[in-house]
Amino acid sequence: MSVDVRPFPELVDAERAGPDPPYDHFDYVGTRLRAPKEPLVIIPSTLTELTGPAFGESTVDPRDADLTRQHAGQPLGERMVLSGRVLGSDGKPLRGQLVEIWQANAAGRYAHEVDDHDAPLDPNFSGAGRCLTDDEGRYQFVTVKPGAYPWKNHTNAWRPNHIHFSVFGRALTERLVTQMYFPGDPLFPYDPILNSVRDPKARERMISMFDLGLTEPEWALGFRWDIVVGGKNATPLEEPHDD
Amino acid sequence: MTELGITPAQTAGPYLRIGLLRNILTPNVVDPCDPRAIRIRGRLTDAAGDGVPDGMVETWQANAAGRYHHPADDRDELALEDGFLGFGRSGTEDDGRFEIVTVKPGRVPWPEGGLQAPHIGVTVFARGLLKHAVTRLYFPDETEANAEDPVLSRLRPEQRASLVAVAGDGGLRFDICLQGPSHTTFFAV
Repeated sequence: MSVDVRPFPELVDAERAGPDPPYDHFDYVGTRLRAPKEPLVIIPSTLTELTGPAFGESTVDPRDADLTRQHAGQPLGERMVLSGRVLGSDGKPLRGQLVEIWQANAAGRYAHEVDDHDAPLDPNFSGAGRCLTDDEGRYQFVTVKPGAYPWKNHTNAWRPNHIHFSVFGRALTERLVTQMYFPGDPLFPYDPILNSVRDPKARERMISMFDLGLTEPEWALGFRWDIVVGGKNATPLEEPHDD
Repeated sequence: MTELGITPAQTAGPYLRIGLLRNILTPNVVDPCDPRAIRIRGRLTDAAGDGVPDGMVETWQANAAGRYHHPADDRDELALEDGFLGFGRSGTEDDGRFEIVTVKPGRVPWPEGGLQAPHIGVTVFARGLLKHAVTRLYFPDETEANAEDPVLSRLRPEQRASLVAVAGDGGLRFDICLQGPSHTTFFAV
């Protein structure tokens, strides 16, 4: 059998369809030495790409989903219930998905040695959580609302309040690490990371909604946010429309 | 059928270690005492050649028989291995170093027929990467399989070279360079 040597099609970063930001986004200084600049090589999806890791019950401890009960005392800040579903782009709920989150404390400080923001650490808050989605694809965390914090991207740069999320989807093509924002944040227009996503409708899909139904009386605010995973890059001509 | 709008990616940021690199999910795909264990070491670097200290590398692979631990791989004639998931995850250290302990996967099929050379899917996350980057690791002692591999054979020589690990140092060396003259080839998947 002769070996096929025809070059694969390539995808130029700036021409990438789909909701993802380009790698090369000058306003976010961290990209300048790190963004891949060469076109991506489009390879057919093989079993390697059409499979991916799935994690069982042993991966999580029920206590991992409550970030307010991981220490002796309670963390400071606005307590909140955060829940939503992990869905495929076909609308199918994804059960048993490992959802991992991490965030700053209520004062806008991460429990990480590199964070030198002059805001207090909270001895009762580590800012990490994980859980598996249930049969309806639902995840739920209890945490505190993260504070905004300054960063050194440009003069007077502040990140909007956000929580980092990681989900695996059903295959490598569905792997997603992203950030969830809060409705009405006045810092949105100034944030180069949020605005690296060019389509305003796609940006809105990263913003959670306040949900009075999820709010627990006398206890915690409720925010809802659904995550939709799907392969995006290999099918630039088949971008699903927004609805 | 209505297609839902997909949630966009955002950078994992500089603090991914808090959420993604605690116990439980480890860089060891197999027990380091497994006689088949291979230690893969590498450095994640930027365009200046500096190590990326706040990154993360994930690996995904078939088992030694070439079977993925996943329902989409229904080739029951190839045995699954107890306790073998095929997933590894390593943070990067101050100089960008990472390390994964695993076994060489078996060959897996190509959609149009034939087999691919043994390879590991590699996914990279870091501050400054707005979306993760995807590449593959191939094995230097698979000269014949690599020569006929349907991915490697369609890449330019320098692209191919960036995907084949180098033997030495008691294992394999696989450096990942995000940008610049010695950049790694990344895929759209």
